[in-house]
Amino acid sequence: MNWILLLEQTLNGFQFGILLFLLAAGLTLIFGIMDLINLAHGSLYMMGAYFAATFTQWTDSFLLGALLALPACMLFGVILERIALRTLYTRSHLDQVLATFGLILFFNEFVRLIWGPIGLDIPLPGLLSGSVELFFGIRYPAFRLVIIAVGILVAFLLYLLVSKTRIGMLIRAGASNRQMVSALGININLLYTIVFGLGAALAGLAGLMAAPIMTVEIGMGEEILIVTFVVIVIGGVGSIKGAFVAALIVGFIDTVGRSFLPDILGLFFSNDVADTAAPAISSMLIYILMALILAIKPQGLFPPKGA
Amino acid sequence: MNFSPRTSIIALLIIGLGAVPIIAAGIDEPFYTVLFSRMLILSIGAVSLNLILGFGGMVSFGHAVYLGIGSYVVGIGTFHAIEDGVQWMGNGFIHMGIAVGVSALAGLVIGAISLRTRGVYFIMITLAFSQMFYFIAVGNENYGGDDGLSLYMRSDFAGLLDLSNDNTLYYLNFVVLLASLYISHRLTNSRFGMVIRGTKSNEQRMKSIGFPVFRYRLVAFIIAGAICGLAGVLSANQTDFVSPAVMHWTRSGDLIIMTVLGGLGTLFGPVIGAVAFLFLEELLSGFTEYWQLIFGPMLVLVVIFARGGIDGMLVGLDRWWNRLNIINKEGDL
Repeated sequence: MNWILLLEQTLNGFQFGILLFLLAAGLTLIFGIMDLINLAHGSLYMMGAYFAATFTQWTDSFLLGALLALPACMLFGVILERIALRTLYTRSHLDQVLATFGLILFFNEFVRLIWGPIGLDIPLPGLLSGSVELFFGIRYPAFRLVIIAVGILVAFLLYLLVSKTRIGMLIRAGASNRQMVSALGININLLYTIVFGLGAALAGLAGLMAAPIMTVEIGMGEEILIVTFVVIVIGGVGSIKGAFVAALIVGFIDTVGRSFLPDILGLFFSNDVADTAAPAISSMLIYILMALILAIKPQGLFPPKGA
Repeated sequence: MNFSPRTSIIALLIIGLGAVPIIAAGIDEPFYTVLFSRMLILSIGAVSLNLILGFGGMVSFGHAVYLGIGSYVVGIGTFHAIEDGVQWMGNGFIHMGIAVGVSALAGLVIGAISLRTRGVYFIMITLAFSQMFYFIAVGNENYGGDDGLSLYMRSDFAGLLDLSNDNTLYYLNFVVLLASLYISHRLTNSRFGMVIRGTKSNEQRMKSIGFPVFRYRLVAFIIAGAICGLAGVLSANQTDFVSPAVMHWTRSGDLIIMTVLGGLGTLFGPVIGAVAFLFLEELLSGFTEYWQLIFGPMLVLVVIFARGGIDGMLVGLDRWWNRLNIINKEGDL
């Protein structure tokens, strides 16, 4: 067993899990409160990356680009909610899946029209492009550490927002009983817009942070969207705590599985079998995990109370 | 027989579909035979999805899995028939039999686990299963992996049918579509179908009456999968190519779109939807390269405004027609 590689992959898994959490938090809130299955959530992630790429080109600074992309994403989300998604809240899940599937087609084509079919690369600022020495002489890319740090900070702020503020109280109330919240005279439409804007900003943040380490390309939203859905379903739809735990589990299993599964399979089968089966099985690991968890707990690990 | 506008339009559509190769040969545009052939195959897939989605209310987001299974049965079979000279593996009847069998088995496994869940969990777990099958195909380097597998021969129906002729394949597709429509009609109007429809409108009630809802749903799930597996066999023969893309999750999305666009829970809705979907794709992509820029919002508008799909509009047309008739008759008096 290669311990340094294991540690490195664990950190990578943690970093991936953090990105997943940023997406899952918004998605699970939107589902918990508006009862909306938003397949276009991945498009918000993609827009975050493309906004960051463009603003970085304009300002010549990734930091400025990121700071501009964040409100742009939020605004984009709010407009999307007002124009297209508002009418879907009372519709069946099937209608929502279809309409937001249509939105994905639209946004992918829209991005192809504006930014062209070729992926973009965002150069990192010099300070973040190097690597940092951790303990035992292990070096790790600085930017990935930044992602982890920002993610933990945002998770903490989100925790404060949801559990300590008035808005957070309304969000929690909305997640457990929407009718009651609006019956008590709360402007539920405004709450919806706020939650959606927040979710869009979180998705955009994930997108712009992923942009420098993965290529910015059309379809990047869908790949991660499905994994995000796996996360919120494992965690229990509507639960932020569940999303956090599940995101870290999924991030870890997916990343570590990809790098160690060939070795693990090699212990039991011939190398030939291990080499051919490992890529397929490691891509399937998280789905197998999800099927197992749903077979045992059909409501996920942390089903929200009152749902 | 009541020849309302809706019945006439649907009858014309079916007769028209039956006449496509003749018309295409007449105007010397064999391309249309291929285009409509794809419509027929996806119609079969949509008809089978409609059994569980439209009549049973089960939003399966992984129906393209069975298209993939059927396709890979043909792909792997003909691969060995040519590479290793194993004659029977190129046989079309065996392809169909195995495809139906494996699809039914997959439906049994997927259904047995997925049907324990409800709502968004069901949607997502069926999606997860389709992803698993997708990655199995991607990871399987022996059969082309990500790049897929070209078919150097079509399924061999032992001298009975020669599928290398596009018209023969077209009529095979047409017959299978008619058969699946017949099965769908018989099934949904049987006692079994009534139970399935009952579980859609009120599951609790069906349970308390004493129906084993889970088992009924599972059987419907398996039947739908088996029929769609057959569509997969035809699809591989049509495109002469098999790749993981046939069971990409967006393909499952396409099947749902076709079913809903045409009209959920109606006999001919899925056929209308599949024809309309591919027609729109063909029309819009001829018009602009960025056709999904128009198609996407159209889909949103259909969902928001046209709830019964195209068949729902035809029902509206019928109502208008009846009113017109009544007014005319009153005029005669």
